[in-house]
Amino acid sequence: MSRRVVGPFNRVEGDLEVHLDIGDDRVQDAWVVSPLYRGFEQILHGKDPRDAMVYTPRICGICSVSQSVAAAMALADSQGLAMPVNGELAVNLILANENLADHLTHFYLFFMPDFAREVYADEPWYPDVAARFRAVSGAAAREVLPARAGFMHLMGLLAGKWPHSLAIQPGGTTRSIEVQEQMRISGILFAFRRFLESTLFGDTLENLLALDSAGQLYAWAARFPPQHSDFCRFLQLADALRLDELGQGGDTFMSYGVYPDGDGQLFGRGVWQAGRLAGLDPALIREDLSHSWMAQRRNPRHPYDGVTVPDAEARDGYTWCKAPRLDGRVVEVGALARQVVDGQPLLRDLVGRSGGNVRNRVIARLLEIARVVVAMEGWARELKPGQPCCNHSPIPQEATGCGMTEAARGSLGHWLKIRKGRILNYQIIAPTTWNFSPRDANGTPGALEQALVGTPLRPGETDPVAVQHILRSFDPCMVCTVH
Amino acid sequence: MTEQRKRKLNLLWLQSGGCGGCTLSLLCAESPDVLTALEAAGIHLLWHPSISEASGDEFRSLLEQVSAGDTPLDILCLEGAVVRGPGGSGRFHMLAGTGLPMMDWIERLAGLAEYVVAVGSCAAYGGITAGGSNPSDACGLQYDRGEKTGLLGETFRARSALPVVNIAGCPTHPNWVTETLMQIASGRLAEVDLDTLGRPRSYADHLVHHGCPRNEFYEFKASAEKPSDLGCMMEYMGCLGTQAHADCNTRLWNGEGSCLRGGYACINCTAPGFEEPGHSFSVTPTIAGIPIGLPTDMPKAWFVALASLSKAATPKRLKENAVSDHIRVSPGSRPRKRS
Repeated sequence: MSRRVVGPFNRVEGDLEVHLDIGDDRVQDAWVVSPLYRGFEQILHGKDPRDAMVYTPRICGICSVSQSVAAAMALADSQGLAMPVNGELAVNLILANENLADHLTHFYLFFMPDFAREVYADEPWYPDVAARFRAVSGAAAREVLPARAGFMHLMGLLAGKWPHSLAIQPGGTTRSIEVQEQMRISGILFAFRRFLESTLFGDTLENLLALDSAGQLYAWAARFPPQHSDFCRFLQLADALRLDELGQGGDTFMSYGVYPDGDGQLFGRGVWQAGRLAGLDPALIREDLSHSWMAQRRNPRHPYDGVTVPDAEARDGYTWCKAPRLDGRVVEVGALARQVVDGQPLLRDLVGRSGGNVRNRVIARLLEIARVVVAMEGWARELKPGQPCCNHSPIPQEATGCGMTEAARGSLGHWLKIRKGRILNYQIIAPTTWNFSPRDANGTPGALEQALVGTPLRPGETDPVAVQHILRSFDPCMVCTVH
Repeated sequence: MTEQRKRKLNLLWLQSGGCGGCTLSLLCAESPDVLTALEAAGIHLLWHPSISEASGDEFRSLLEQVSAGDTPLDILCLEGAVVRGPGGSGRFHMLAGTGLPMMDWIERLAGLAEYVVAVGSCAAYGGITAGGSNPSDACGLQYDRGEKTGLLGETFRARSALPVVNIAGCPTHPNWVTETLMQIASGRLAEVDLDTLGRPRSYADHLVHHGCPRNEFYEFKASAEKPSDLGCMMEYMGCLGTQAHADCNTRLWNGEGSCLRGGYACINCTAPGFEEPGHSFSVTPTIAGIPIGLPTDMPKAWFVALASLSKAATPKRLKENAVSDHIRVSPGSRPRKRS
């Protein structure tokens, strides 16, 4: 058995280190280290609650809007404020824009370049894959960057800029919509759909979304050569490298639900485990600090009562990340969790057959792009030019509020306590805090730590490439993780 | 110089106490995209945390080569603040896989670089990471907020003899970064091209106020009172656009946006200390009804006189539209006289 320290892992958002015990050419045990602490929860203490709208998006440059949405929801909850329909639609469009751009960035810039590594040079598919996906110089990046930037003109129209917009407010958005914006949005979405259908999928979004089982997916893929589209290429690689056998976690999936739509949400809230959907009770969330570099660690606390006091010398600590648990359980969050909880038939079937793994996480992200674009087209049509986009209400002197949404990479929650008109406590649990959490007081490892156990090494490897696939399959955001 | 032009310039990009948002913004660069812009400038990306292939061992050996001087370091970019805490140890950010504080790596590499570039207000001055009680003891490369007491300090000069180039902004506009890097690569960035806070004058000689679509409301002091109102946001809503150094309303973001166009106040994110305005970001502090922060270079008496005059003359159209979320009163049009 040998212990290896692996890092830094790039093509994740932020800095990341992993400690591995390796024996018998497999990973026997893993510890995930989040090496950066900034202290946003401390920065927010004592501030005017409205200023959370400035600080919290700056926790993260890739989940910036998600942070804004969670903060706006927490403030709105404390104010008892609801958005007008236009505000809700605009926030959905802005959040969806970020989430889908993130999925695209993840697939093309963060995840796929690992298949262009030299370690695969002898594989029959390597020359084509390297030419298309090699980091920086591959052909795909030259196509996806303009497509992504064009899609994000939606941010320019609805949010002023990205990242770090203040357009999202507790009562709606600051940017009212006129008919010309509505027309532009539909044009931008049309162009983005065309990119997806021609380059990413090689078929219409509707045909993709009609595939409702693993059998149908593979029958669809068999109709095309791998170079037909980037999704077809990924399915070929997933088969060749058995990505469905890599990175299996504990298979308890959680989603807070996202995109309010009438009385419900486009993607529902809940917990999926062993083929059953259960409700989610946020009161059962606790953060365990037993293996974090944190002081005041006795008894895991609910985030309303959470404490953040860093202590680099804390006994048994090995990361700045806390360990959130739901009723004591480790959960996995992200696009796969969201789609499985929501009952998307293809992903339920895939997870039913092989659980959570590298392949299924990537398929979930890509199918979610297709689902959300269709929803965005609907939201854009529903906007009512000239109607209000923002409601208003003062900040209370004494209140609590909670905002729960879904960032691209999973469940994001903000918990806020206001005392004498100021922030008394502000606690944030980000998606990767769930996925990359350390061990808890029972010694139970976090989701990634579990998913890494059993990872095979290729002959002669020092930095196992499979570890790279697995941890990037979660699309980690390390700056959110600790904040 | 000619010798340098034959060889591509090596750029190493590091991230520390920040959010990565300047990189994400950079990926929105258009016409051309960021990879094409670097190629056009003759810049070779040695490593960038978001887009390069090398991880772990590969990256550590690259760092060793650069440290040993075997690989020349032409441009060092830092995104995110330098994190000095706790207690000056730098432990709040240990560069993964190296067992060393990122602070130490930055100091070592800055001494080897021909140009040192701070990308974003965190790397320039400390930025948001230095907000509140500054729990991580964050500072900028050369500055700590407005003072030259950052990690590298007042006397620092990169090998090119330039001080740290502060591309401040939260986040940076993609083209502030690409254009500055292209200027560096073509040998056309001199000290005279930086303002008194080290910012490239190419964008910092402008004010956010320039090209603000709310200028007519500003002229007549027709003010917004709540989020989503169309009026000028200087009087009540905390807008600092008349003082903020940047070209956001003439260059535009994500196609056609800016903070003002998005309906919210400029918070002067290119300035040192913007993260602690001393009051709520969304409220303008006033004394006797007069905003404390007057437009840059404007004499107070003149501003007060002009403001009261223009308030008295505000057309009904602007008065009503200023507190509405869409245009209620259209501009009048005079019928053209037939001759």
